[in-house]
This record gives sequence, C-alpha cells and structure tokens, in this order.
Amino acid sequence: MSQGIARTGSENGRDVPQKMTGAQAVLESLKREGVDVVFGLPGGVLLPLYDAIYQSDLRHILVRHEQGAAHMADGYARATGKVGVCIATSGPGATNLVTGIANAYMDSVPMVAITGQVNTWLIGKDAFQEADITGITLPITKHNYLLRSAKDIARVFREAFYIARTGRPGPVLIDLPRDVTVEEVEFSWPEVNLPGYHPSFKAHEMQIKKAAKALMEAERPVIYAGGGVKYASAHKELYELAQKINAPVTTTLMGVGCFPEDHPLSLGMLGMHGTKYANYAIQESDLILAIGARFDDRVTGKISSFAPLAKIVHIDVDPAEVGKNVRVDIPVVGDARNALTGLLREVLPKDRGPWNEKVETWKRDYPLRYIPDMNIIKPQYVIEKLCELAPEAIITTEVGQNQMWAAQFFVHKDPQKFISSGGLGTMGYGFPAAIGAKMGRPECEVIDIAGDGSFLMNSQELATAVVNEIPVKVAILNNGCLGMVRQWQELFFEKRYSATILGRTSPDFVKLAEAYGAVGLRATKPSEVEGVIRAALATDRPCLMDFIVNPAEKVSPMVPAGATLSEILELEWCDEVQCKNLEKIYAEARKDVLGLEGY
Amino acid sequence: MKHNIAVIVENKSGVLTRIAGLFSRRSFNIDSLSVGATDNPEYSRMTITVQGDRDVLEQVIKQLSKLINVIRVSELDHSESLERELAVIKVSVDRENRSEIMQIVNIFRARIIDVSQRSMIIEVTGDEEKVDAIVQLLRQFGIKELARTGKVSMLRGARVIKA
Repeated sequence: MSQGIARTGSENGRDVPQKMTGAQAVLESLKREGVDVVFGLPGGVLLPLYDAIYQSDLRHILVRHEQGAAHMADGYARATGKVGVCIATSGPGATNLVTGIANAYMDSVPMVAITGQVNTWLIGKDAFQEADITGITLPITKHNYLLRSAKDIARVFREAFYIARTGRPGPVLIDLPRDVTVEEVEFSWPEVNLPGYHPSFKAHEMQIKKAAKALMEAERPVIYAGGGVKYASAHKELYELAQKINAPVTTTLMGVGCFPEDHPLSLGMLGMHGTKYANYAIQESDLILAIGARFDDRVTGKISSFAPLAKIVHIDVDPAEVGKNVRVDIPVVGDARNALTGLLREVLPKDRGPWNEKVETWKRDYPLRYIPDMNIIKPQYVIEKLCELAPEAIITTEVGQNQMWAAQFFVHKDPQKFISSGGLGTMGYGFPAAIGAKMGRPECEVIDIAGDGSFLMNSQELATAVVNEIPVKVAILNNGCLGMVRQWQELFFEKRYSATILGRTSPDFVKLAEAYGAVGLRATKPSEVEGVIRAALATDRPCLMDFIVNPAEKVSPMVPAGATLSEILELEWCDEVQCKNLEKIYAEARKDVLGLEGY
Repeated sequence: MKHNIAVIVENKSGVLTRIAGLFSRRSFNIDSLSVGATDNPEYSRMTITVQGDRDVLEQVIKQLSKLINVIRVSELDHSESLERELAVIKVSVDRENRSEIMQIVNIFRARIIDVSQRSMIIEVTGDEEKVDAIVQLLRQFGIKELARTGKVSMLRGARVIKA
C-alpha cells in the first residue's frame, strides 16, 4: 500500500469523505474506475499529478511522444474492451494527443484523455504552454470537460468513463488546470446523473420482428458486420445467427475477426480492397443485414449503385448512423448483442440454398491471391507465414498496403485480435497500439504489421517498449515507398511517383532497433522469411523484423474510388499481356526504388 | 425548406460552441439561432432554423441529440406552432417622409422607440414574413441600421416542449 494517496474509508458500506488534493482525487477516481495502467508524458502543469502518481501504485507507462500515448490507450482499449487512459501536459502535449483522439473517435474506441492545463486564472491569457484543448477537440471527442474546481473531479471522471464506454463508445477528454490538482477537496464518489445522455440499448421488439421476417423471406441475404459487433461482444450471437439461417457474412475492416474467416459462410472483408466474392454477394443480395457498421465510402463504393436489389436492415446503437449514408428499410436502434439475441429468438432455421452455392462458386473462382515468387519476398507471403507461425497473435497494423494485406492474408478469427486504424487511417498507429494491446493482454503474442513509411511515424516508441520490457514484435514490409499512394499513382497518375519513393533514404531498420536496445532481424529472400519470424517469436524482447519486399506489389483486388462494388478489378491477374507488362514494371521498380544491391 | 427546431440545453459554458461547431462540422446550414433562459435557470432554450430537406433535418435532430448537454430536441411544425421575431430598425427621416413612415409603423403595429431629427428607431415583432415586409417597405427611406433577434417558436395549444 502506498503512503501518498489518501484513501477514502468505508464505514458500514458508506463512503466517508476524506480530504485529499485534486491530484490524489484524480488517482482515486482512476482507481475506482478500475484503471490499472495509464500511458503518458509529464510536463510543467502536471507536476502535482505526477508527484501523486510517483507515490501511488498506478502503473504509468512513460511514452516518448504523446501521440504514442493516445494510440497505446486506444490499442489497450481495443484489445481488452476496457477504457484506455492517456495523459499529456498542457499546450503541445495536449495537441500531440489530437491525432490519437481523432483516431479513437472515428473508430468509436472507449478512451479517457487527461490533459494538463495552465492555472485557471491564466486561461485565456495566452500563458506559457496554453492551448484551448477542449475547443480543439470539440469535434473529435464524444464529450469533453474543462475542470474548474477540484470539487468536480470525482463527478467528472465518473461521467467521463461512463460516457466513454456506454452506447457508441468514444473518447472523452478532461482538461485539468494545475491549480485544480493542488486544491484540497473532500472526496466522495457521486452517482452518474446526466439528464441529456440516454444511450440506446434495447432494440425495439417490433423492429426485431420486422427484421426477422425480412430475413426469413430473403433468398439472397448477406450479413454485413462492423466494429459495433466487437464493441457489443456480439460475435457469438452473430455466429449463431449466420449458422442458423445459413447467411454468408462479410465484415468491414473494423469488423475483421468478429466472424471466423475459415468458416464456409465467411466472405472476408468487403469494399475497396475486399474480396471479389463479398462485393459480388452484396451487389446481388436481396437483403443486407448491417450490424454495427456505418456504410463508409470505402465500403459502399459508389453509393447510388450500392446493393441495388437489396432491402437494408440496419442495426446500430447510434441512431444518427441509421439513414445517414443509405436509405434503410428496417432500422433497428440498439445494442448489437441485444438485437442479435432478439433476432435469434425470432428466426427459424433455414437450409442451405442456391444462394449458398452461388457464393461458394464465387469463392472458388475468385479467391484472394498473388503471384508467388522464388527470388523476391512477396508481402502477402510474409503475412501468410506470420499467420501460419503465430495464428493466435494479436495483429495491429499501420495504414496503407500493409494494413490491407494484413486484413486479407491473415486468417482472422477473434474480434479482439485485429487492431487497425479504420476511419481516420492513421499511419503510425500500429506500433504504439501494439504496445497498448500487449499491456492489456500480456499473455498474447502481439505483432504490428507495418510499412517502412508508417513505422517511422512513431518509431520513437521503441524506447518505450524496451525500457518497460513490453515484448511486441514489428514486421516491416519494407518496399522502399509509400506503397498505397504509389499504387494509386501507378494506376491513375501515369506512374508519376510524386513524393512516394523512399528508397534508401529510410534508416537501416535493424540498426535502428538495435540502437534502441531491441532485437533487429532482416530477410531479403523468401527462404529467410520463416527463420526470421521464428527467431522473432522466440525472443522475449521487443523485436523488429525488416522484410525487404517487392516494391511493385499492389493491393488487389481493388474497387477504384467512385466505382460500383461489382467493378472490382484484380490488378495482377488480368490477362497474360498485362502480366508480362507487370513483370517489366517489377524489374524497373526494383532497380529504381530499392536498389537491391544496397542491402 | 426551412425547419424550426427547439433545443433544450443545459445552461453551461461552451454549449453554444458545441452546437455551432456541430453545424459547421456537419455542413448544416443555420438560418437563424436564438437562445435564452427558460423558466428553469438550469436550462436554456434555443430556437434554430435550419435549411434542408427531411433527411438533413433528421440528421440535425439526431446529431444534436447526441450532444451530452442537449436535453431535448423537437421539430416545431409550421402548421402547429407560432413563431416570433423582434427587429429594431433605424431609418433615415426628414420632414417630408416622417408621417409616411409613421403610417407604415401603425399598419404593422410596430412602435417607434427612439426619435431624432434625422432618424427614427422602429421596433417590430412578428413572424419572419411580417418583419421582412416592413423592412422592405422602409428600405425606400434609407435603413441606417438593422438588428434582428432571430426566431423564437412555440407549439400552439396545451402541448409543451420542456426538459
């Protein structure tokens, strides 16, 4: 038991208020909310808070950039389902959190961000390290608070955690002026009383009945599941429903893992880089059951021709999502698990039919595939090997080609084991998110699938991983370029590779890892891939794997922006002439981009 | 299409910013916005006029309802509610047009609340159309300054919109 924290006593089960400082009240509030770890970086106005942390038993992970703290809290939240907490000082510390908060907001991640603020009497005076962080984060938080008195700390923290984790989860920011943290206060833990906040939970019985009837009548149903299934822990109910009515299931990027991808009913991911069969199924479907998904533009393609034949049933906990992007025939507002449980009660078992056969033909005819190569490492091959050697690992990703390949070629089966920045598409997310995930699930292997561009955006967190002995693994698919943008330039900008070729300007990643005290490994040939992965999995230290992959490789298939889902192209498997051309491009790109001899 | 909505909000600092920020972020068009206390000092009432079709209106209402400090959002259907706006108008006057202006003021049941040798301030209350009409008529004399409050609106009959 630490000495610095004033504990609130309990007498006959009732709280006896105790005197403490604002900083101690913050820590007491975190304790009451069950927080076991926070990610942060101190600063001037946070001195009293960090002094209290020093004397407490709260686990604090010191990061090297506040953006890392926000992504770690985010990764922790996604891997555990609990609220992630990050701390940053006023001004630049707070603004450095902004990307991480926006990221959590877009992906509905439960998070509480605590920022230091200048003394209340200095607010608005452009004081040193002052930033209006509540103003700045207004459109990227579910709610935020500027505390003005220590008396409000307990209430505000309790509300913040409640808001962050209930309904559609999201980040809540608490701005904490310095003087509030030193003010003396009598701590008591009030009940949440928010007259303007009533998150929907129970789905309307009538709407469930309508949805069930539509499902029963449908001949070509598709279940389209998103992140809402994860947050509601509704994957078991989803599985049961799909089995019971023999409906194929496709997931969004956020929903990856909430339906096992090795199941015959799985269609994998849909949308821009989804599977051909998922997109074909959507376009020919006569009923789409959307669960916890929001019809994002990367999912729907050209919205006016999305699922033209289908009735749409939309289950979502956020009423504002229903009808936002597409017309919905049967809206069901409520928690995904609650709604799915209701549906399971209403529907009768349905046998396999011609639709299942048609879908299976598509699956057979248009699998995800790539051209294997004996001489140069294909990034997809690396992912397949990772999946083979660490099938139970938590996978986090950066953003771009690495992310799409990780979604496509790893066989995902667990809703909490694929962690990726979906809505905001934040490069630099995956590595700190992996550290956060590992803190929350230390028993799991955690692997960040990264690109050479993305990884450098938060590579400073190698120090965090090493110092705190958090043995995460990073697999860099090093193609010497900002691959996804380069791919678009190749396809739509006549190969004018404006500002996307990194080539040998990136550091030697093995030396970089070693400089931080982590393990660095490299594979330049396909035959070395397995050995490197095995060595990485064998070490109990943070480890970076540098895979020198084919720079010309593209993510395929692809729905060009603004096209209909059925206009999905396979970029490498078109015809023989195109294949020949691509070989030429490969050869040129290898020479221009990577200068392979360099390694 | 214009829609009036009544929004009951917690009377806390920053609430107006949250609402204005939501409108700009989601590209909703505010035609007018007025805000004032209710009979309960903990809550304020806003009347917001938005431009857009039914889908836009539905999104506005749903997005506003998501704000933690917003207690209630209701549409005020034009046929079931009344609306009032107050305008004060400073008009140029001279000896020749003074009586004509006063006639217009009488016809509109407006009031003259300030007079000087060369100007007059007219106060008028009514729905948007009425205020527009008097402004239009007074324009010929030269409007020096114009301030409008924006609309407030309320359901007719016994039904109420309260926290």
